[in-house]
Amino acid sequence: MTRYIVRRLLWGVVVLVVVLALLFVLFRILPTADPAKLRAGRLQNPKIIAEIRHDLGLDKPLPAQFWIYLKGIVLHFNLGYSYYSNAPVTELIFNRLPATISLVLGGAVVWLFAGLSVGIISARRAGSKLDRAAMGTALVLVSAPEYWLGLLALFFFASDIGKVRIFPGAGSYVGLTAEPAKWFTSLIMPWLVVAAGTAAIYARLIRGSLIETMGEDYIRTARAKGLSERRVVLRHGLRAAINPIVTVLGVDIAVLLGSSILVETVFDVPGIGRLNYVAITHSDFPIVQGTVLFASMFVIVANIVVDIAYAFLDPRVRYS
Amino acid sequence: MSAPGDEPLLRVEDLHVEFPTEDGVVHAVDGVTYQVRRGRTLGIVGESGSGKTVSSLTTLGLTRTQGARVSGRIMFDGRDLVTLSDQQLRAVRGNEVAMIFQDPLSSLHPLFRVGSQLVEAIRAHRHVSKAAARGRAVELLGLVGIPDPQRRVHEYPHEFSGGMRQRAMIAMALANEPKLLIADEPTTALDVTVQAQILALLQRLQRELGMAIVIITHDLGVVAEMADDIAVMYAGRIVETASAKALFDGPEHPYTWGLLKSIPRLSGAREEQLVPIPGAPPSLIHRPSGCHFHPRCPYAQPDHARIDPRLQPVADEPSHHVACLLDDAVRRRLWAELRNGATPEQARASVGLPAPDLESAQAPA
Repeated sequence: MTRYIVRRLLWGVVVLVVVLALLFVLFRILPTADPAKLRAGRLQNPKIIAEIRHDLGLDKPLPAQFWIYLKGIVLHFNLGYSYYSNAPVTELIFNRLPATISLVLGGAVVWLFAGLSVGIISARRAGSKLDRAAMGTALVLVSAPEYWLGLLALFFFASDIGKVRIFPGAGSYVGLTAEPAKWFTSLIMPWLVVAAGTAAIYARLIRGSLIETMGEDYIRTARAKGLSERRVVLRHGLRAAINPIVTVLGVDIAVLLGSSILVETVFDVPGIGRLNYVAITHSDFPIVQGTVLFASMFVIVANIVVDIAYAFLDPRVRYS
Repeated sequence: MSAPGDEPLLRVEDLHVEFPTEDGVVHAVDGVTYQVRRGRTLGIVGESGSGKTVSSLTTLGLTRTQGARVSGRIMFDGRDLVTLSDQQLRAVRGNEVAMIFQDPLSSLHPLFRVGSQLVEAIRAHRHVSKAAARGRAVELLGLVGIPDPQRRVHEYPHEFSGGMRQRAMIAMALANEPKLLIADEPTTALDVTVQAQILALLQRLQRELGMAIVIITHDLGVVAEMADDIAVMYAGRIVETASAKALFDGPEHPYTWGLLKSIPRLSGAREEQLVPIPGAPPSLIHRPSGCHFHPRCPYAQPDHARIDPRLQPVADEPSHHVACLLDDAVRRRLWAELRNGATPEQARASVGLPAPDLESAQAPA
């Protein structure tokens, strides 16, 4: 098991280096705005631009630039500096992480809870009107774009512009440690919106998985033991049906940690996605590289965690 | 009132179980009557789809969740299980009546330790501490002959061999010392040598614990080994029922003959031909008219496609019942021929029966 984990981690590092190299090449070879020119602003004279280019290290050959960048990451965990504010990228990302983590983990709680409850009820009443209504709603939520749901939520329920002013609207986010109550209320709508699509997918997933599991022989055994139906479904059925959910849960959380751009933008939550979005529009390569590096890291780690979790969830799974 | 010893432990009367489906109503069990005496063994024999499993699952109320329509009576120890509420029935399941199934690997939960599944079975009906239940689980595993139960109680089903898994299933079924154990094809998924061990185990446990057993099987060898009484089922009905001795000495139903003639006997002559029963079990949605067996019966007569035979006592044998339209005397002559190695055609000829109408033999009406 330990050997397996170490091997997976080493492979993860390889994948990260490849991702970095691809990004590096992508942003420097593809036609894009010249960061030096952008940074020069109105002082578009060649000498200043050349100076800026030199300061940013952009006049060195590409392999050298990449080497310096890699060295900075490995030796100092330094992801470089923003072309604009000169702020260290690592610091920018760490400043933005709490908001993104709040959004994604809170959202995950919502989508897990909603997805599981709806999925279980639908599975137990498969074919009923309730089941059909739930699965119809799920289809709508899966198809609805996040930003559209977000805008609808703001339009109807935001405390500043909404029709029914219930929840704090866009830009109301505050840190958890600053004002816990306000942190919570400001995230209610973003949580619901970020969770909607995933909850719908989970509901369908759990429904299918549970219906299949409830046909297994060991469910008949559980009933033959004289257990209550509740225990048969929730302990014996769900325990087996939940495994596929765990697989997608880890990866879903990881992906969202790196890419909740739309929801963060609509609700103006100052997270990684928002940081990335602004950086892309300004050709601020170091930040884009940094955020994408983080996103890839989340996905790689999540995959390993999911595989390890699987060995605990299913005793038949053994890694060697 | 008769003494409790006289009253059978389980008396199933005119049991009907139907499943409404999109293709029509499946008549899985159609007017079945049988009884199981205390401490004795009833063998229910039949092909797949003859209703033997459904009738037993219904005894435990396990077909309720599948939307079955059940009528008739299932008298168990003075109560009619058909009329019990789900909750009352749950108190009977796994407690007074326990069941083991064909495939022990798929019947045990793959993600729970064997011990915890045993503990759960005990604690479903008894208010004992987890530690006490765990001690009892170890004891039960020992009782069913699992070596080193202290250690194996912590293992998962996939770490057990096939025979050990079935032993664990049996241990689980015995957790609350049931009065009745229903064993649904308990040896079918096992190696032949292991089959014999499991049957011997069931017999030993029956002696020690005094429980009654219903053993469901398609294997006449198994019932010959185990059963005191036998019921032969075909297409949702019992076509013949008798004591094991009477049934093997003088089987009365052509279907029973077919079953007996289609298994090899060690004592039989080497050149003795095995005679399979032609055709396949009928659809339980569109059942044949008249005697349900007539399309496959080598001795069927024209009116057998119209008349539905009732289960009736055989002449001179009040406890031997058969549902067959052939005359008692004709049947006995046929069996005498068959027992002496005649093929069904030869037996029919020597008794002077006309060959069955091929048209009605082809297609169920």
